[in-house]
Amino acid sequence: MEINAGDTAWVLASAALVMLMTPGLAFFYGGMVRMKSVLNMMMMSFITIAVVTILWVVVGYSLTFAGDTGHVVGDFSAVGLKGLLAPEAVSGTTPTLAFVAFQLMFAIITPALISGAIADRATFRGWIAFVVGWTLLVYFPVAHSVWFLDDGNGGWIGDKLKAIDFAGGTAVHVNAGAAALALAIVLGKRIGWKKDPMRPHSLPLVILGAGLLWFGWFGFNAGSALSAGTTAAVTFVNTQVATAAAVIGWLIIERIRHGKATTLGMASGAVAGLVAITPSCGAVTPVGAIILGLLAGAVCAFAVSLKYKLGFDDSLDVVGVHLVGGLFGSLAIGFLGSAAAPSAVNGLFYGGGASQLGRQALANLVVGVYSFVVAFILGKVIDKTIGFRLTEDDEVTGVDQVEHAETAYDFLGASGLRGHSPLARPAGAADSTDNGTTETSEKEGANA
Amino acid sequence: MKLITAVIKPHKLEDVRGALETFGVTGMTVTEASGYGRQKGHTEVYRGAEYEVDLVPKVKLEVVVEDGDSADVVDVIVKAAQTGKIGDGKVWVTPVETIVRVRTGELDGDAL
Repeated sequence: MEINAGDTAWVLASAALVMLMTPGLAFFYGGMVRMKSVLNMMMMSFITIAVVTILWVVVGYSLTFAGDTGHVVGDFSAVGLKGLLAPEAVSGTTPTLAFVAFQLMFAIITPALISGAIADRATFRGWIAFVVGWTLLVYFPVAHSVWFLDDGNGGWIGDKLKAIDFAGGTAVHVNAGAAALALAIVLGKRIGWKKDPMRPHSLPLVILGAGLLWFGWFGFNAGSALSAGTTAAVTFVNTQVATAAAVIGWLIIERIRHGKATTLGMASGAVAGLVAITPSCGAVTPVGAIILGLLAGAVCAFAVSLKYKLGFDDSLDVVGVHLVGGLFGSLAIGFLGSAAAPSAVNGLFYGGGASQLGRQALANLVVGVYSFVVAFILGKVIDKTIGFRLTEDDEVTGVDQVEHAETAYDFLGASGLRGHSPLARPAGAADSTDNGTTETSEKEGANA
Repeated sequence: MKLITAVIKPHKLEDVRGALETFGVTGMTVTEASGYGRQKGHTEVYRGAEYEVDLVPKVKLEVVVEDGDSADVVDVIVKAAQTGKIGDGKVWVTPVETIVRVRTGELDGDAL
């Protein structure tokens, strides 16, 4: 097909929108942890941008979208993005490289989502090793299975089973959520979990992050149309509508259970709605999106309490929001799918049979189990070899200090009224006296 | 000399400071503090997890005065800080042995 300028512009703009979601996620997660871990939490998202980008160019794109091997993975024909710079390298109505850029951003945010499950307690090297391993072993094959279409000869989920996953309920959210559950179990509970207060240290950061995610999600969902037409418009509207409804759904449940509507509930409800509409934004009508969003917000508001009952420390509720929300949104297609929407499938409520529901369930079950098992084994191997869980002392001191040699907030020194923070001075420098000369202090170096 | 320590509600600090200035107290040290007495904390909810927040934000104000002024200063602080509601705080008085003004080396009463 010929390159269409409008489509290309929209896909490139969408790629940039989706790129912004990962920094948004860094704020969303960063605000939810305690002060001593915020830098590491944000770093886990940002390092994923760097690592997966390289991985994607080297082999990732090729393993996901170049050719097909057994309907589960691509091949090595496009390693290093070989041959994709030529003007005749076209994907649909856009240059293939536009599609490469767009899909890269999905490959980045999916492993980054997992980091919320292991807040405060993971080694940085362990996280990097996990991102590389999980992206190679799980994300690339799953994304291929879901999104590589080749007239029935492509990926087994999208092309053969015909399960619907418009923008990644299965490939992104159930996939990441299942891995998050595995890592929460492998790394174990944080010291003091359920005993010490672990309140979010900055809800404004969480809200900023939720806002950036919401904004970027238009690229995620409507960009997945890969064209600037009706499908993009429908999915754009559905994304907005379901997210708004999910905010209301979550807050209603909170108000009933705890007496107050909270900002964290609002931000979480928005993300739950975005997650749930991701697979289904091309399959439902805007009215369907209202119902889907309201229910998704309510279901996830309950789901985040599960970890306390079941005893796993999924610190920032990746399971409760992404696994549950993604699964809910995906299964909802089986009920709320409408032939009037671009995916053109009727669910149970619209006179269709149960067959689509069955396809959705099977796809999510297989992806969820596969991701969980691989993440579990990978996490164990990393922990036994290079170390994944921080030592007890390091965890108590704080992951920012021991893994990154930094402190996020220095309130005492922040005013600048003192020459230096009472907590810090340049390494090797002695305390300076009033007249600016330097004295050798007996304590030199002891509190640097 | 006496050290008068007052733990009061943060929003009453300006009233107390003004009253002390009118009385003639020329300096003080103020620290942000948290604690609780009969006023217990409150409950906060984060994604369904309820936390009891026991420590309530307060300010701690310290002034050193001559023995003879002590009772009056306490009176001034209590009057200015009072709202009549639970959680107004506490004031206590402790004896002070020595005071030195750092700039001049003056001692005790001269250093106030």
